[in-house]
Amino acid sequence: MQYPVKLAVAVTLCPERPKMAVGEKREILLGSRQEVLLTGSGGQGLILAAIILAEAAVNDNKNVVQTQSYGPEARGGASMAGVIIDVDTIEYPKVASPTVLLCMSDAAFRKYLPRVAPGGLVIVDSTFVHGPYPKDFNIYAYPITRMAREKLGREVVANMVALALINAACCLVSRDILKESILQRSPRGSGEINLQAFELGYRLYEQGLESDWGLSAQIPQ
Amino acid sequence: MPDVKPVLMQGNEACAEGAITAGVRFYAGYPITPSTEIAEYMAEKLPRLGGVFIQMEDEIASMAAVIGASIGGKRALTATSGPGFSLKQENLGYAIMAEIPCVVVNVQRMGPSTGVPTAPSQGDVMQARWGTHGDHPIIVFSPASVYETFYLTIAAVNLSQKLRQPVVLLLDEVVGHMREKVLIPEMGKLMVEKISDQVPPDWKPYDDKGLTPLVPFGSGHFYHVTGLYHDEFGFPTGEPAVVSRVLDRLHNKLEQYRHEITFTNYIGHKEPRVGIVTYGCTVRSARAAVKKAYWQNRWPVGLLSLQTIWPFPDKEVEALARQADIILVPEMNRGQLVGEVERSVRGQAEVVPLNRYDGEMITPDQIMEQLRRWLP
Amino acid sequence: MAPIEQLNLDFLRTKKLPHIWCPGCGNGIVTAALVRAIVRAGYDQRDVVIVSGIGCSSRAAGYLNFNTLHTTHGRALAFATGLKMARPQLKIFVIMGDGDCSAIGGNHFIHAARRNIDLNAVIINNYIYGMTGGQHSPLTPLGKKATTAPLGTLERPFELLELARGAGATFGARGIAAQPRQLEQLIARGAAHKGFSVIEALSPCPVAYGRRNKQGGAVEMLKAMKENAVSVERASNMDAQALAGKIITGVIFTREAPEFCELYYQLIEQESKKNSN
Repeated sequence: MQYPVKLAVAVTLCPERPKMAVGEKREILLGSRQEVLLTGSGGQGLILAAIILAEAAVNDNKNVVQTQSYGPEARGGASMAGVIIDVDTIEYPKVASPTVLLCMSDAAFRKYLPRVAPGGLVIVDSTFVHGPYPKDFNIYAYPITRMAREKLGREVVANMVALALINAACCLVSRDILKESILQRSPRGSGEINLQAFELGYRLYEQGLESDWGLSAQIPQ
Repeated sequence: MPDVKPVLMQGNEACAEGAITAGVRFYAGYPITPSTEIAEYMAEKLPRLGGVFIQMEDEIASMAAVIGASIGGKRALTATSGPGFSLKQENLGYAIMAEIPCVVVNVQRMGPSTGVPTAPSQGDVMQARWGTHGDHPIIVFSPASVYETFYLTIAAVNLSQKLRQPVVLLLDEVVGHMREKVLIPEMGKLMVEKISDQVPPDWKPYDDKGLTPLVPFGSGHFYHVTGLYHDEFGFPTGEPAVVSRVLDRLHNKLEQYRHEITFTNYIGHKEPRVGIVTYGCTVRSARAAVKKAYWQNRWPVGLLSLQTIWPFPDKEVEALARQADIILVPEMNRGQLVGEVERSVRGQAEVVPLNRYDGEMITPDQIMEQLRRWLP
Repeated sequence: MAPIEQLNLDFLRTKKLPHIWCPGCGNGIVTAALVRAIVRAGYDQRDVVIVSGIGCSSRAAGYLNFNTLHTTHGRALAFATGLKMARPQLKIFVIMGDGDCSAIGGNHFIHAARRNIDLNAVIINNYIYGMTGGQHSPLTPLGKKATTAPLGTLERPFELLELARGAGATFGARGIAAQPRQLEQLIARGAAHKGFSVIEALSPCPVAYGRRNKQGGAVEMLKAMKENAVSVERASNMDAQALAGKIITGVIFTREAPEFCELYYQLIEQESKKNSN
């Protein structure tokens, strides 16, 4: 099939892939694949959140692919970042039907909701996506950006609040490893506030859904 | 490999990191989506390694500066995307003619013209082959993963030095921008082509007898470098016998080292009825489809993925065609490499194109749908 | 004036002669002035590089026994920039024609000037594209005839040295083929100058330009050139009217500014020190 192998580089391409002899049988682990899709507007830090999650997955010994799509705008405009986490090798790198969907804008919510995998989890930022929400999806609403603004005085860390909510709900990677990668990938000087936002996200999750808070609900401290 | 640490890396970063690993110490470029990360990475890293990064006034100048630096003895690379690749063609041809090593990265986006700057495409396959004028040879690699990008960049630098031949790395927006887990071995575990500083006693800058090292300017060997047809010392000539000899030499050196240039990979059934031939990010979709069709459904399907697309791996494709009845060629264009597949197959199998050109990847389902036409 | 000494034949590829230039062409005079300037500068032959573009003038590189790089049309300065940055010890002279430098290579010219990179640009200005048979260039004077301006060009020419000065060059001089000794001195001064130096060398093209514009043969053209030449010192005492149609020769401008290549290598040193600490 191939020329006598005498490569200019003394390495095989792709050693991370299992060596597959022709005709060899291989078990496919079904259901191990998690497809996370973070959607919203440019400037919300979704791509950074996706990179942090992906790096944590690497450090957690999982296979991961992170992709994104964005328009020409650096701020505003639609933004989308995908993270696929799997114990098996990941071939097709794009998120086709998310098992976890985060929506941080109304436009993103309307565009991506129909693509959610059956039984998939949808987390929405109720700051931008207002209810009532369709009943036939698992939709968890939290005032993510409002909380970031009110509790930490920085809307820009809403992405870390969202990331914590996702991981709290789905246990994609270990919480400590995720914190480490937040510190690693945060732009200089923003590590501490990002961690605070991350902890805020976990507290929000433990507090339960916004709809359960009631009128006099205590906003988690 | 116990000595490797898994890291999360972007395709463009892997390209830059591969280049640095292979000894590239000069980068000249011009900002363009979706290749800019390569320039940014180089701008950050090169000065710390004693290397030079320079942002030139345009794409043409970047290519020229890279060739100039290579003549000065530095391993040099430039990266761009479609519109910039069009502008680089002029001096790419110069590097082929003057046999100056260099690597040109084209992170493909939707064209023609400005097209869709952030959308992936595989529309520059023929441009990479024939973009610069004249009946020239070229080496083109097209990686399918971040990992392959790292290794193929090293291979590109090595081969370009060894053969004194420009090598084009044809990435696409998907591979360039995606981040993946990769295992980067420690330095020293990789083979980087060493070019001897020793100049052979009967050295000629261009030798009809075979490969000859490029001796950098400033080392006391006075010779001429030109884009004109030239004799063995680089001096212009229009002598018909010399002219044809030069063009033969340019082509023959690639033919002679075909075994070192050609990277392909086959997975799937031993005797496939349907063979898939593809390259770049489309390999990812094809692999997903083959996992399902062969490993799950046991259909007689195989995938030949091409990391080298030029010179076209015709022998490998023909070998596949001897087994398969049908060769499916998915590409993110209106059909470019499929013509070459057809030529190599020489009627031994039916060649079926599968094209998509809306700025989205071909999906595994699209390939499965095709396979169902013939299987099970 | 002392007689011009014999050319150092070590610096010529005598086997490549005779050259391809037409009888009466000034390119040979300018090339000889360049070689004498290099001798005068006392550079090690191994460090000297001649880079050229495309056109009649660019063929000079092939006749000179240094490291010689004959590039693509207009791109000589871009190739030279890469080479200089890769090997800063090289002494690089970039020979270009008027069209080569100011039309197709205009962008590279202004950016080399902006960076103030230590390259010595020698532009042989014969007012015409010679090799392709006499088309007008951005330096063809207004109203002069060319094959592509048979009734006289309507385009205003560049003032090349003003363009260079405006773009940031730190040395600009003009010489004429009719005064080779001065030209040699100007090239030598440009070479000694650290930064981007531009030497415009006016040179007759009797075949493609002079003939069409009724300027006579080479001798008449050189004579006219000499008669019209005014040194920059003399010109400073002349009014605009008196200067009309004159060729001002000498060092037109010179100034000090940081040189790009040196700055970059300082950065490298600084970064590597940081790394070793």
